[in-house]
Amino acid sequence: MQDFSELTAFIHSLLTQFLPEWAAVTVECVIIAVCLLLAYSLLALFYIWFERKVCAAFQCRLGPNRVGPWGLLQSIADMFKILIKELISLKHTDKFLFALAPYLVILASMLSFAVLPWGNGLQIIDFNIGIFFLIACSSIGVLGILLAGWSSNNKFTLIGALRSGAQMVSYELSIGLSILTMVAFAGSMSIGDIVNAQANGWFIFTGHIPAVIAFVIYLIAGTAETNRGPFDLPEAESELTAGYHTEYSGIHFGFFYLAEYLNLFIVSGVAALMFFGGWMPFHINGWDSFNQVMDYIPSVIWFIGKAIALSFVIIWFKWTFPRLRIDQLLSLEWKYLLPINLANLVLMVCCIVYGWHF
Amino acid sequence: MLTLATISNSALAFTAACTGIGLVALALWLAGLISPRSFNPQKGEAYECGIPTRGESMAQFKVGYYLFAILFLMFDVETVFLFPWAVRVKELGTAGLLSIAIFFCVLVLGLVYAWRKGALEWK
Repeated sequence: MQDFSELTAFIHSLLTQFLPEWAAVTVECVIIAVCLLLAYSLLALFYIWFERKVCAAFQCRLGPNRVGPWGLLQSIADMFKILIKELISLKHTDKFLFALAPYLVILASMLSFAVLPWGNGLQIIDFNIGIFFLIACSSIGVLGILLAGWSSNNKFTLIGALRSGAQMVSYELSIGLSILTMVAFAGSMSIGDIVNAQANGWFIFTGHIPAVIAFVIYLIAGTAETNRGPFDLPEAESELTAGYHTEYSGIHFGFFYLAEYLNLFIVSGVAALMFFGGWMPFHINGWDSFNQVMDYIPSVIWFIGKAIALSFVIIWFKWTFPRLRIDQLLSLEWKYLLPINLANLVLMVCCIVYGWHF
Repeated sequence: MLTLATISNSALAFTAACTGIGLVALALWLAGLISPRSFNPQKGEAYECGIPTRGESMAQFKVGYYLFAILFLMFDVETVFLFPWAVRVKELGTAGLLSIAIFFCVLVLGLVYAWRKGALEWK
């Protein structure tokens, strides 16, 4: 399997030939920033197209099919359209907080995006507490949403933001606890270590029953965390017009839209990382030739493929389950998922310490 | 996308944060250049049901949201305490399991208390 750290080491040695150390590091940081920006926006544009196509398929429609082959350029056209829309400045808003909210939302998704491992040796930030950093960063997003709803000075946005805040903080617990279960199994919080620990079998296969339960809970909580699917009541358009971003226009609205789709990718990326081996190829013990064929597929394709497959499942939820009420939503989290999660954690720890098997 | 030992992780996190802020600033600047601008007093009003807004919009809201926020705070902080233990769970073995069990009981008691008090009901 190819290792991207050879490529990055080559770039570094190339730069240090011409430049002093500090200048080389600065240039590398700029390269990283440009790569990050490109990956972020291209992935978001792809996701918008992907969601529209999948939704269309579920409803027996064609979806976008005019701009470019299979409508692939549709979301790029949409991006230009949204850029040339007027940015309406409202009279009664809290101007500073209104402008600050999109920064927080994008910052949260960008920081958690940068932690994801894209492939073998292709990871930007590898903290030894990587997964913890990811949870911490993704929770900044709630602040942005609450600020957006409060500063807009509109009743719809206020109710939307409060619902969204209650939902996101509640389901963050489930995300944290199911990740905690897997951290206990992996014995490390570093994302690189977690991925390497899955070289001989993904955690969903090697982690006994608790890993499967943790995955199901993570998927439910992740759907709620991104305000999607049956949990999209902050944006319930029949009651609240558009929820917390009702008052945002043009590209200002675009930021929330962008972050929402990126969060979908991040949630499914983290699920791929914690349960499906990150960029590790699929191996079956004893099938050597099969394993070698799997090794030929680049690690980047493995990671993105897993993430997109899981996103497809999350989009599928949206067209399968009816929307929940706020009381049902909160009781699902606090009365079912949280106790199950705590019991599951104890079960997992017993599996690790006493070597139980299921 | 470089994992280099020469760049510290905090510098990389700072780069990522700057990229996020840069993305918003860049797009806003671009939109400011090419988007049209027209003034209309009606445009500055809040988007509601077509009639002028009545009363204050930054109003009081349901106290139930606070309750869940406080519960979240309690559980989230305790989850943070569980993380360092989870990393070393194999090495700590039975002794670690027993000592965390007391902490865990307190955590579950908190949930049971909130449940019995009816804090989890949405009224």
